[in-house]
Amino acid sequence: MDFFSVLYYRFKKVWKAVRLYLVIAGPGLVVMIADNDAGGITTYAATGAKYGYHLIWFLLLLIPVAYYVQEMTVRLGAVTKRGHAEAIFESFGAFWGWFSLLDLMIVDWLTLVTEFVGMTAALSIFGVPAWLTVILVVLLMSIIVLNGRYWTWEKIALGFCLLNLIYIPAAFMVNPSLSEIASQGLIPNLPGGLNNELFFLLMANIGTTIAPWMLFFQQSSVVDKGLQEKDIKMGKIDTFIGAIITVAIAIFIVIVTGTLLNGAPIDDAATAAKLLMKMNHYVGAFMAVGLFDAGLLGAICISLASSWAFGEIFGWAHSLNTKVKEAPWFYISFFFTLATAGVVPLIPGAPLVLITLFVQVVAVTLLPAALVFLILLLNDKKTMGEYANTRLQNIVSTLIVVSIIILSTMYGVSALFPNLFQ
Amino acid sequence: MRTINQFFSKIREINQRYAKPTVEMSTGVKFSLAVLRIYLFLLVLLMIYKFITVIKVL
Repeated sequence: MDFFSVLYYRFKKVWKAVRLYLVIAGPGLVVMIADNDAGGITTYAATGAKYGYHLIWFLLLLIPVAYYVQEMTVRLGAVTKRGHAEAIFESFGAFWGWFSLLDLMIVDWLTLVTEFVGMTAALSIFGVPAWLTVILVVLLMSIIVLNGRYWTWEKIALGFCLLNLIYIPAAFMVNPSLSEIASQGLIPNLPGGLNNELFFLLMANIGTTIAPWMLFFQQSSVVDKGLQEKDIKMGKIDTFIGAIITVAIAIFIVIVTGTLLNGAPIDDAATAAKLLMKMNHYVGAFMAVGLFDAGLLGAICISLASSWAFGEIFGWAHSLNTKVKEAPWFYISFFFTLATAGVVPLIPGAPLVLITLFVQVVAVTLLPAALVFLILLLNDKKTMGEYANTRLQNIVSTLIVVSIIILSTMYGVSALFPNLFQ
Repeated sequence: MRTINQFFSKIREINQRYAKPTVEMSTGVKFSLAVLRIYLFLLVLLMIYKFITVIKVL
């Protein structure tokens, strides 16, 4: 074969792989980018404002953490064709099943409230009243979900994922010093030593990277999309690309706030957006739009995670490929969760700080259980066959899971007892 | 009333369907589940303690 024939053959081969990836891509990208939800944006904005570029290296470490945990749900979903809730019920019995399902319902609902808080705060910067934001969001999500096709839903969700990249131009607009980013951010360091404040922020960053709903969402999403064993390789690539993008977005947010708001006290991303607007109108506006988009993406995925889990256990039809008539309970539970959570930020004097605290604490009860079940299920050779965890995968995933459990527990306990680690 | 009865019969049906865990209960699995139980028990104790102390302050 001559040179051009070889080149053409290789191009065709790569193009075929890319096309296959584009068909299978979705669950991994959506779950990872939705992971940067309203709470996540706040954490990253606060990280940049407090420590500048100094913790970028730590965010990079979260790529393998997120990937190793989430890729297990791809294998589990593709092999068993069951969601995470159903897998727990079937493998570990009704006690652990109910525990996980009820815990998931509480965590998801509370997290959904925080997404609405983020979305209303973001649009209030542009003068949109909170009640109008809630109505618009519920209407928009109805249109997205009620189209009766998983594929259409996924493509729309991926569109919102693209909008999440708005932080990249924002970071370029603030003209950061690349040499400072490289010298301060890429060399592991703990600015000011490991004190309570830094430790809390590190734990918050880990807490936003791995959330319980993500495990349930991605596994159910893989099942609803109909991925098979043969698609696992591409599903894993999808998850890996998603993990890189989610951390990249986090780094760009840190660069924005680390450049313009270094040293400013940031309690939430909306405050950061308002402060940024005073310095650079467009960067502030980008921050606000990104916050709204992050809340919306989070809300789309979290409400679906709950509805899928309920459908699996109660035996209702629970696919986005079904019409409302065919799966009424699936859609009713979806809108019930969404509407009740949306109402909370509209209640005058609603205990929103307490709700945020509760999310951290309740998540700590569910996350370790869900992660332990995940590893045990991936070691069930009878079910998983050749896709069961290898020894190396077990060592890596167990190390990651144990670290996450210890740190998230400390995070949850420090939320309960703020003076404990001082 | 009928709806509530239907709901509870559905719960009973689910409990029966998943009464027997299908995962092989090896020593590792038993150990993991036992540690998880202790972990959750301690966490619930902490939450109750926090709840009581908050109530006392109020």
